[in-house]
Amino acid sequence: MTMSRLGPQPTEVLDRSTKLRFRWNGKRFDGFEGDTIASALAAAGEHVFSRSMKYHRPRGILTADYWDPNLMVQVGDDPNVRAGNRLLEAGMDVRAQNVWPSLHRDIKAANSLFGRFLTAGFYYKTFMRPAWLWPTYERVLATFAPGGKIDLDTPHRYHDKRYTHPDVVVAGAGPAGIEAALAAAAAGARVLLVEHEHAVGGHLRYSSSDSDQAVLAELRAALDASEVEVLTNSTVTGRYEDNWLGIVQRNHPIAVERLIKARAKVLVAAPGLIERPYVFSGNDRPGVITSGAARRLINLWGVKPGERAVVFTANSEGDAAAADLDRVGVEIAAIIDGREGKRVSSAQGSSRALGAVVAGGNRIEADLLVVAAGWTAPTSLLNMAGDRPVHDPATARFFPSDPPGNVLATGGLAGDGTLDELRAHGAATGRLAAQRAAAVAHRLQAMTARARPVDGDEPAWAPDERTPLGRDPHPELYRSDTHGMVDFSEDVGSKDLVAAAHEGYDSVELAKRYTTSTMGPSQGKLETVNTVAAIAEARGETIAQVGTTVWRPPYAPLTLGALAGRVFEPVRVSSIHPWHEANGVSTIIAGQWMRPDHYGDPAAEVRNVRTNVGLIDVTPLGKLDLRGPDIPKLLNLLYTNKWSKLPVGKVRYGMMCAEDGVVLDDGVTGRLGEDHYLMTTTSSGAGGVWEWVENWLQTERPDWKVHVTPVTTAYVSINVAGPKARELVGRVTEGVDLSPDAFPYMEVRLATVAGVDGCFMWRIGFTGELSFEIHAPSGHGLHVWEALMDAGQDLGVGPFGLEGQRIMRLEKGHFIVGQDTDGLTLGPSTGLSPLIKLDKDDFAGMPELAWAADRSLPMIVAIQPDDPNVVPDEASQIVRGNTNEILGRITSARMSPTLGRSICLGQVEPELAAGGTKVTVLLTSGERVSATVMDHHAHFDPAGERLRG
Amino acid sequence: MLLVPCPNCGPRNSADLRYGGESHARPDPATATPQQWRGYLYLRDNPAGWLRETWYCRSGCRRWFTLERNTATNEFRTPPMPGDKRGGKA
Ligand SMILES: [Zn+2]
Repeated sequence: MTMSRLGPQPTEVLDRSTKLRFRWNGKRFDGFEGDTIASALAAAGEHVFSRSMKYHRPRGILTADYWDPNLMVQVGDDPNVRAGNRLLEAGMDVRAQNVWPSLHRDIKAANSLFGRFLTAGFYYKTFMRPAWLWPTYERVLATFAPGGKIDLDTPHRYHDKRYTHPDVVVAGAGPAGIEAALAAAAAGARVLLVEHEHAVGGHLRYSSSDSDQAVLAELRAALDASEVEVLTNSTVTGRYEDNWLGIVQRNHPIAVERLIKARAKVLVAAPGLIERPYVFSGNDRPGVITSGAARRLINLWGVKPGERAVVFTANSEGDAAAADLDRVGVEIAAIIDGREGKRVSSAQGSSRALGAVVAGGNRIEADLLVVAAGWTAPTSLLNMAGDRPVHDPATARFFPSDPPGNVLATGGLAGDGTLDELRAHGAATGRLAAQRAAAVAHRLQAMTARARPVDGDEPAWAPDERTPLGRDPHPELYRSDTHGMVDFSEDVGSKDLVAAAHEGYDSVELAKRYTTSTMGPSQGKLETVNTVAAIAEARGETIAQVGTTVWRPPYAPLTLGALAGRVFEPVRVSSIHPWHEANGVSTIIAGQWMRPDHYGDPAAEVRNVRTNVGLIDVTPLGKLDLRGPDIPKLLNLLYTNKWSKLPVGKVRYGMMCAEDGVVLDDGVTGRLGEDHYLMTTTSSGAGGVWEWVENWLQTERPDWKVHVTPVTTAYVSINVAGPKARELVGRVTEGVDLSPDAFPYMEVRLATVAGVDGCFMWRIGFTGELSFEIHAPSGHGLHVWEALMDAGQDLGVGPFGLEGQRIMRLEKGHFIVGQDTDGLTLGPSTGLSPLIKLDKDDFAGMPELAWAADRSLPMIVAIQPDDPNVVPDEASQIVRGNTNEILGRITSARMSPTLGRSICLGQVEPELAAGGTKVTVLLTSGERVSATVMDHHAHFDPAGERLRG
Repeated sequence: MLLVPCPNCGPRNSADLRYGGESHARPDPATATPQQWRGYLYLRDNPAGWLRETWYCRSGCRRWFTLERNTATNEFRTPPMPGDKRGGKA
């Protein structure tokens, strides 16, 4: 086969005045502006573009479009680029994928010799056993894996996201799709028209008929003059509930790709038809192309696809391809007419080029075989909407069955007709879509109870009164009298499918997974129907009886970059963050927050807090402002302990359990005024507890008068901890007597700190030291922090981070919900049974906690390894002696700078919970070490004298 | 993605809401047997058809509300007004 560039064609998309120089496997090539990578290479005479996945057979152009399975190439650091779609750019470095050492001398082609070993289910059968050999298998298989090379150093390019709410989205801008978009827009709808290819027009683009070109020009002008938003080189990849659509835009001026999430009121599916390859011996040989490929090469890019052609045609598109070939001087050696029952049996030649075609027992010399064997209806978007298209043997394709009313099909998907009939059907579809979109809009607006009332009644749901398109008869052409390739991407032949069916994998869904047919990058667009046909043949049934696989999203594969896109989730920092950054902070992401982990040496931070005074930014601590007379009732319901008699100015610790008795959260709540409380939650529980509280108040106790306002981010929270904390806080605080008698442990005051009014200050802390926790209005947070730092220089004040706090809380034996508890930890397991008041009328989880009180439960205990230098990894198991019987696990472990030894919290079975019990910890290294369960949770200052000071 | 009709905010993406699940009346904790309580905690009717369920409009009006949804078609029935007590079966 000899491809070459023709003289200018009237319909071509080339700018022949702009030459583009690029490289293909290291060699220099030239193309024109408007070429795809594939058309430029074809025009330069290249006809092998890739090696097939399993057998490494040489492969050339098949369909010359986005779906072409043989045109996957590497462009620079970009793997798996579709050369049939990607436009040529100057300087591109294009390489063949999956070849070694080169495209033309590929050693793995030897696979062909062992082809019989690579039949259906080969991987499943061969690499199952023995399991210990799998790492070896994996290494070998990896070298055979298809696909390009991923460069881990590739620069991260910008991917974008967009949200939009059009009335009507039209997927596919062929003549019917364009008419639908125009008609819907004319009826007042906001319309988004999405076209997979680089320009609108569908099959008209590569038609050489003057009248077709006139219509195309007319449609383009109408689109330009309309309000329709047109996206080209973009794909509607998925349709989800309520017409939530994923659209990948590949022609964005700035972003590499943009993922558009569109909520359409009505979706019009107008993807056209995809030409189906025909299965026969040698059908994957370079030189065998579809009629669409021939017409595109000639009419769009001025490429002569061969010198001497055989045309196998069963439809008018095949006839038109023959006419195009003839017009540009390709010798037509034979026309095999599928409508007359004639068949192509085999394509023969050298490994890389076509030499002859065998049909009806005759051998015809040719370097090109053009095949027009029928159409696949890409009903994907309808499948995703719940439709189950039905097979029509008279036309040899699937048709929509009963899609939901907000999804309409037009164009080739809906039927056949003259261009005028297709346009009329498209326009009628657009009008219907606009009418229905108006009804949907009215209904959505009416659902918005408190919004502006809608005018008038809901428009009637417009009935579908479109004149249906006809159906042109088409012979059922799937496989000839020989076997050939069905799935070009996955190298699955019709023989493999027949074998799979005979092995019992005779349902399509099973055969698909067993053979991997339809699972490659073409997403089944070319191979699904032939796959079903092969199984139907093996079963002796019809395609309708066998059924088809369900097309799921995406319509076309999309990159991980497009899916990851732009992240809208903000990372929160406190207003003190600039100070942390200026002072050598090492941060940690905790939930939605970026928090100081330490400032270089967490152990030194701990020692400073234990001897002097330290500041920690605990702003993420959840804070709920509660107002109203019924707060004590609410607190009694939420917490396990009692809250009826908390005086103003006092603070109390509480534990929350869910209705199943499992520990949900904990924290302190203080009474600031008669009907005013501040509740704190764990940092990670802030959002969840708020929703939980709202649920109780709104659904179970709607008569209670309590108003909840989350104020987590409204206040910066600073804990001042250490023996010198009172001295330091006193230097910057006005209006509060800080003496131990006037302001004792577990009390709260309203204070002015560093000149900032309206700060809450309470005497609590997680570190076990004398502590003042200050909640200052966020805008003044940095000022308060800096004032404390300045005022405490002579006291040795320093910052400490989350890690220092975690060490100190472990020294004190305070458990952390979610770290030391898990989804099964019942309230009593924390050791806080005295705080579970079963004599209350009601509280969350009360029945479960009452029943749990009679059972022995796993307990949270403090544990010290007998070797003080061993710090077990968190989640190390506690086992019985030398057995693997699990009796618990280490939930927290650190080296204590204060005690100079390792300390832990763990959960153990009840039999091990008593102080002094010896346990065995199985380290992650496999070593077993002995450890001792302690009498108290607190490893340090169990009486709590320091924090009460 | 499902459009959930919040009685205050109108139809919103389900990702804007928290799904509260099938509505279940809370038994009286003073008298509930373990069977009744665990039925409330864990047992769901999971019908293919109309289901009374709760949602929380976490990114909008912050109201918990009850809706009826046909689990087979994802169609919603006109929601009751907000503040409705959780209904369903006892
Ligand atoms: Zn709402």
